Amino acid sequence: MSDVLRIEGLFTDIAQYHILEGVDLAVPRGQVTMLLGRNGVGKTTTLKTVMGHWAAKAGSIRYDGQDITAWPTPARARAGIGFVPEDMGIFTDLTVEENMVLAAASGPPDAARLERVFAAFPPLKTFWKSEAGTLSGGQKQMLSIARAMAEERVLYLIDEPTKGLAPAIVSTMAGALRELKGQGASILLVEQNFAVAKALGDHAAVMDDGRIVWTGAMAELAADAGLQERLMGLSMEAE
Amino acid sequence: MSAAPDHAPTMTRASFAHRLGQAAPYLLVPVLIVLGFLSIGSSSSWLTLTVSGLAMGMMIFVMASGLTLVFGLMDVINFGHGAFVSLGAFVGISVLLALTGWTTAPSLFLNLAAVLLAIAAAMVLTGLVGWGFERVIVRPVYGAHLKQILVTVGGLIVVEQLIHVIWGPDEIFLNRPETLKGAVTFAGAALEKYRILAVVLGLAIFVAMRLVLRRTKIGLIVRAGVQNGQMVESLGYRLRLVFIGVFVAGSALAGLGGVMWGLYQEVITAGMGERMMILVFIVVIIGGLGSVEGAFIGALLVGLLQNYIAFLAPKLALVSNIGLMAAILMWRPQGMMPVVKAK
Repeated sequence: MSDVLRIEGLFTDIAQYHILEGVDLAVPRGQVTMLLGRNGVGKTTTLKTVMGHWAAKAGSIRYDGQDITAWPTPARARAGIGFVPEDMGIFTDLTVEENMVLAAASGPPDAARLERVFAAFPPLKTFWKSEAGTLSGGQKQMLSIARAMAEERVLYLIDEPTKGLAPAIVSTMAGALRELKGQGASILLVEQNFAVAKALGDHAAVMDDGRIVWTGAMAELAADAGLQERLMGLSMEAE
Repeated sequence: MSAAPDHAPTMTRASFAHRLGQAAPYLLVPVLIVLGFLSIGSSSSWLTLTVSGLAMGMMIFVMASGLTLVFGLMDVINFGHGAFVSLGAFVGISVLLALTGWTTAPSLFLNLAAVLLAIAAAMVLTGLVGWGFERVIVRPVYGAHLKQILVTVGGLIVVEQLIHVIWGPDEIFLNRPETLKGAVTFAGAALEKYRILAVVLGLAIFVAMRLVLRRTKIGLIVRAGVQNGQMVESLGYRLRLVFIGVFVAGSALAGLGGVMWGLYQEVITAGMGERMMILVFIVVIIGGLGSVEGAFIGALLVGLLQNYIAFLAPKLALVSNIGLMAAILMWRPQGMMPVVKAK
């Protein structure tokens, strides 16, 4: 199985802080890779460096066989990388429709694709003409995922999509991510909800102090409370 | 496809107070006009002052609209914006002076053709200079506000001195085109023809800007970019190119504002843009950073208030706009309709 994303020796500084200190990570094609670890270990920075929001100080990022380390963010997006940030990045002054139109950078949103989005997230159809700022937190998160689905992407970078959401909405999110996976997309997912991580993840990579300290099958990590305790300082089953 | 949870989303209707708060900025202009009427008493004086205030507001809006978008899109504080106002005025008025045969002819068609040519020349040149200004002066200082202030003020000084070199150090007096001189009488009030033209032109530009921003994909990108530029780039759009386009358009609009202001004042100087920047910044701040609609309402408030106060209490006219800014910022510290939230 080939890797859609391969990160080697990635270092990223933010101001005077050294956040990533030699990240090595591979994301297999068509699989869901969970990026786990305690708060502040560099998970979000890893996603943002892959997306080009932060410049890599050293190391390389290879995507689909190409070295994209020096590419600007728009070029990475156009190459097929979709990004759902932790703060959702919704344009609150724009309507739901305008958010979706904007997300389809290469042309008007495909009707069949929109139908799939509406099937996954019915509230978006209900509030199609409403300003996104008036949506609830869960609906905004639906929109942020839907926006990433507006065009075909090869790789999705998704940062804590279920954070702070009600259980019913979490299951909707999980369903949408499973659907994306079923379509053959590759996903690098930062997720603190263990049930979601266990249900979706094929692989897991655990970070600590700006490095990847463990990689393996998600099932292996999920089954080993001692390993979880050692890597992350807590048992995820306990959450 | 996984089924969504069975729930029927609803949207709670906003309270009357909330809706009133949202609409309040739009109500300020008519409220101010009514207050002006009640204070002035004479309907003819009030009408003259109102048209004058609206004309002044429209011209300030034309100058301010580009600046607010430039700030909103790339967080760039351009103190050099006034250079485009002065440059536009000198280029436009030079064209008008070269077309004296057209401007002195008693023909509305020839007069308007001369004004339109002057506007076109001013906008093209200030747009080109704006492109160079962004490339040479602004681009190296992205993300550094203090440096932006210093180098853009430096750019303003350089452009002003170049105007002195090319057109000489003296102010240039001009006459408006023949059919735009004088006034028409309406309901007993004398309304200057040029001010009516300025209102129509300013309104047309506002409507055109709104159409572009609301009905086109590029407008959508600009509106989204003002709110969250990084996310727009994450969707695949090259925001830097959009910003250059907005900077050029904003410079061209400032040039247009310069021509309009020159014809309004009937005199131009190299420092006119610099002096206008005080009003332009007030408008951008009270309108809310990044908001074209806010700048439009703010400009009308500034124009109307300055004219009413100059009539009612001339000694207070100079401080009226500062007072307006203070009052609005006490009410809404981020301006009336902020798109960019203060950091």
